[in-house]
Amino acid sequence: MITTKGIFKSFAGKTVLSGIDLDIKSGTVFGLLGPSGAGKTTLIKIITGQLGADSGEVHVFGKNVKDLTGDDKKQIGIMMDDHGVYDRLSVADNLKVFCDIYGIPYSGIGKALEEVGLADSAKKPAAKLSKGMLARLKLARVFLIEPKILFLDEPTSGLDPMTMKYIHRLIKARRDAGCTVFLTTHNMEEATVLCDEVALLNEGKIVERGQPSEICRRYNHQKKINIHLKTGGDVSFAHDAESAGEIGRLIEQGRLETIHSSEPTLETVFIELTGRKLEAEEEIRYA
Amino acid sequence: MRNAGVIFKKQLKDTLKNKTVLIQFIMFPAMTLLMENAVKIPDMPELFFTKLFSVMFLGMAPITSAAAIISEEKEKNTLRVLMMANVKPWEYLLGVGLYVWTLCMAGAGIMATGLPASDIPFYLGIMAAGLVISVVIGACIGVFASNQMSATSLFVPVMMVFSFSPMLAMFNDKIEKVARVFYTQQLRVLMNQMSFEGIKTESILILVVNAVLAVVLFFAAFRKKGLE
Ligand SMILES: Nc1ncnc2c1ncn2[C@@H]1O[C@H](COP(=O)(O)OP(=O)(O)OP(=O)(O)O)[C@@H](O)[C@H]1O
Ligand SMILES: [Mg+2]
Repeated sequence: MITTKGIFKSFAGKTVLSGIDLDIKSGTVFGLLGPSGAGKTTLIKIITGQLGADSGEVHVFGKNVKDLTGDDKKQIGIMMDDHGVYDRLSVADNLKVFCDIYGIPYSGIGKALEEVGLADSAKKPAAKLSKGMLARLKLARVFLIEPKILFLDEPTSGLDPMTMKYIHRLIKARRDAGCTVFLTTHNMEEATVLCDEVALLNEGKIVERGQPSEICRRYNHQKKINIHLKTGGDVSFAHDAESAGEIGRLIEQGRLETIHSSEPTLETVFIELTGRKLEAEEEIRYA
Repeated sequence: MRNAGVIFKKQLKDTLKNKTVLIQFIMFPAMTLLMENAVKIPDMPELFFTKLFSVMFLGMAPITSAAAIISEEKEKNTLRVLMMANVKPWEYLLGVGLYVWTLCMAGAGIMATGLPASDIPFYLGIMAAGLVISVVIGACIGVFASNQMSATSLFVPVMMVFSFSPMLAMFNDKIEKVARVFYTQQLRVLMNQMSFEGIKTESILILVVNAVLAVVLFFAAFRKKGLE
């Protein structure tokens, strides 16, 4: 559905993307992960034709992006992280503008608002919406056109966990209806639960890719079992037969409080690969 | 082309909600009605306020509102969404321009109510032409500025020069000599003659030069900044 070959891009001599190859299958949720400034937004802009690459090729719907017709573009929904809404217009009027542009009947508005849970706020001016509602309005705006491909640049950044989960459900429902979704995030947990496939972008290169669970398994070379004792101490054991006896004894003696095996998460994989923490910036912001 | 209509319609919906722009459309027409009916000074030229305020309105409202609308849309990143939806820059600018022009013409229609019926076609004709120049100047500022703040700092001086110089020119000859190169002052002169026969070649020439300059500046701004 979406393929890129050897995408290079630099701004004023600073290389942002160096050789990005992607192949995104139809009907999947693809997550592009990477720290702030990695070039995620830049890559979306290149794939959607908003920005030219220095070299490389992008194909969408099997066509070079440069050759996409107006009709092709009408099947692509794009939500960039900085996109705005008309503050003074009501929620419904905001959508009407885009119905008019795309030639969609207004009857689609009710359905789109229903889908994102904003039906009760249709008459509210967009300026009066909460952050989560605003995010859902922007989603309704791209859902409206019933796209075959959705590009979502950080669709849940800065939202509360409830809204985040809600949006995850919406995105999955779209995928189940046959839509291909390309999203970016720096939230590893989100990527794990939401994406069928992810690629980790760091310093201009894709450093790892695949299904989240499969990536984690691949990096499960520590294989440790961590035990928290009732007395408060922590012990960790190797994941092998030798440890079984000792762990069994702890259970028999009733000293065991909790027990976990340490599977890597996307987060720990990323740190291992890059020596960088992905959300460091966000943590500072929320500290 | 259809998208220009969509933009026009969107702006129309925003009119009553957008107080800063709305006041531009209403202020001078309302003041004209008020002053013409309330103030009667002996020896005052006929329809003094209508003519004076018409030219001030023309030099102020379209420049301010076109620049404000475009720069707001840039600042709030709604313009990008439109471009993404395949609205062409010229469709957008045409929609906004037509909207501003139409509402200003409606204002001119209100101001024309005090005129003798025979003068109305001439009055509306020169208002229509002058408003086009002002809309282009406003759009030029809107395109050039990247946010509302910088648009304001640009359109305030420009709008002051064009809308106040005809008034100041009445009181000061030196100002008149400078002001006569502005389209607003020429429209003020035409407004006083109020007939197609009396139009001097000089006025036409100055109007054309003003219009050409506005268009050239507009394209220069557009080439430099686009609608990003
Ligand atoms: N138009 C531009 N001109 C110059 N530099 C740019 C431009 N756009 C992006 N950059 C630079 O490219 C790099 C990647 O930016 P980009 O916005 O793609 O990162 P990102 O991964 O989306 O980050 P974030 O998670 O913060 O959104 C940054 O260093 C940025 O400063
Ligand atoms: Mg980004």
